[in-house]
Amino acid sequence: MKKQTLNIAVTALNAIDSPGPGVSVIRALKEAASFDTRIIGLSYESLEPGIYMHDLVDRTYSIPYPSAGIDSLFERLLYIHEKEKLDVIIPNFDAELYPFIKLEHKLKTMGIHMFLPTLHQFEERHKVNLNDFGKKYGISVPKSKVIYDLNTVHSLPSEFSFPMIVKGKFYDASIAYSIEQVKSYFNKISAKWGLPIIIQEFIHGTEFNVTGLGDGTGKTIAAVPMRKQYITDKGKAWGGISISDEKMLDMTRKFLRTTKWRGGFELELMKNKDGELYLLEINPRLPAWIYLAVGVGQNIPEALVNLALGKKVVPFKDYTVGKMFVRYSWDMIVDREEFEQISMYGEL
Amino acid sequence: MKLKKNVAVSESGLLFNPVTGESFSVNPIGVEILNLLREENTDEQIYSSILAKYSTDKSTFEKDYEDFIGILTHNNLLEKHEETNA
Repeated sequence: MKKQTLNIAVTALNAIDSPGPGVSVIRALKEAASFDTRIIGLSYESLEPGIYMHDLVDRTYSIPYPSAGIDSLFERLLYIHEKEKLDVIIPNFDAELYPFIKLEHKLKTMGIHMFLPTLHQFEERHKVNLNDFGKKYGISVPKSKVIYDLNTVHSLPSEFSFPMIVKGKFYDASIAYSIEQVKSYFNKISAKWGLPIIIQEFIHGTEFNVTGLGDGTGKTIAAVPMRKQYITDKGKAWGGISISDEKMLDMTRKFLRTTKWRGGFELELMKNKDGELYLLEINPRLPAWIYLAVGVGQNIPEALVNLALGKKVVPFKDYTVGKMFVRYSWDMIVDREEFEQISMYGEL
Repeated sequence: MKLKKNVAVSESGLLFNPVTGESFSVNPIGVEILNLLREENTDEQIYSSILAKYSTDKSTFEKDYEDFIGILTHNNLLEKHEETNA
């Protein structure tokens, strides 16, 4: 029987040194067993590598930055929908989720489906609110404090010991060993991502990640834990291995059960030398290493699309342990006309 | 002590702990000892087995063996034998 072909739009085509998840999500969708795909890339910059990967992306349209406002994004999506008849959109950047969540209902009435966390879930898990989140759901989180003013930095040593983590509200984190370093990172990160800055207790240990999918009723549809094996100077996993840690899976199931999380996610966890797990961050979207989940038997993007379309999805029960991903960089040769097309006309 | 059940040991000497994702490499004698530990042999049985096969004296082997057990313990790869009262 011929499979249905879905027109799926995907963002975060920036497969660069700090990679967006888009290209990995697309690779997963291309391997979906339950549908065929036509992939529409949604880009912010003309040099996002995914734009030029024509074996993965059928057509790309530029979209406005979130700072341009929800109306601009909606207008652009309307135009793209007229041309491409979109069935599903998978946004993959933290910073764009707010406008997409706000537009979810409106887009659904036009036949465009998404499967995103609710606005409440999105706000509640924000790293600014992580202390309250941990208390509310009984999940261990490192102590953290939100600061808006450089002058308040001097009081930090009475509450935190060095080193401490200085984090941006969306991205970036640095380890500070002195007040001078805290000040320097405060300025650097706030200039890029704005205020507030989050100061977080440093937990000594090993970092792990879990990716998965919640169906919005508290059920775990998918969960795959991974240990980073090779970490770049930007803290990104360039190699990792699937593991089997019941404590991590229990924490993941608890997170999904108690929050009734809807959509894909990535939990950033730290295990200290006593084996205690701390939840460092909840990323409200699929991670760049999502293709490992496909490689171990859980095609999470495919399941997400089926949930978005209101189809019944059977939860994954197991996955292969000890399977690795090793990332690599690849130079593509691109005609200047293609660059011109996406830069000047916003379409390729 | 015995090797944790879920720790995988390949013929080439690569150990993989599926809970932590850590990998270690050991030499061929290390593999032999790990297999003896997995079969739940006692320390004395392991001494006998190795000393019968290789030309080394017991005190040298005991010292190396304790070091090896110390490293395995530090990396959380061993568990105690289950006590049986039957």
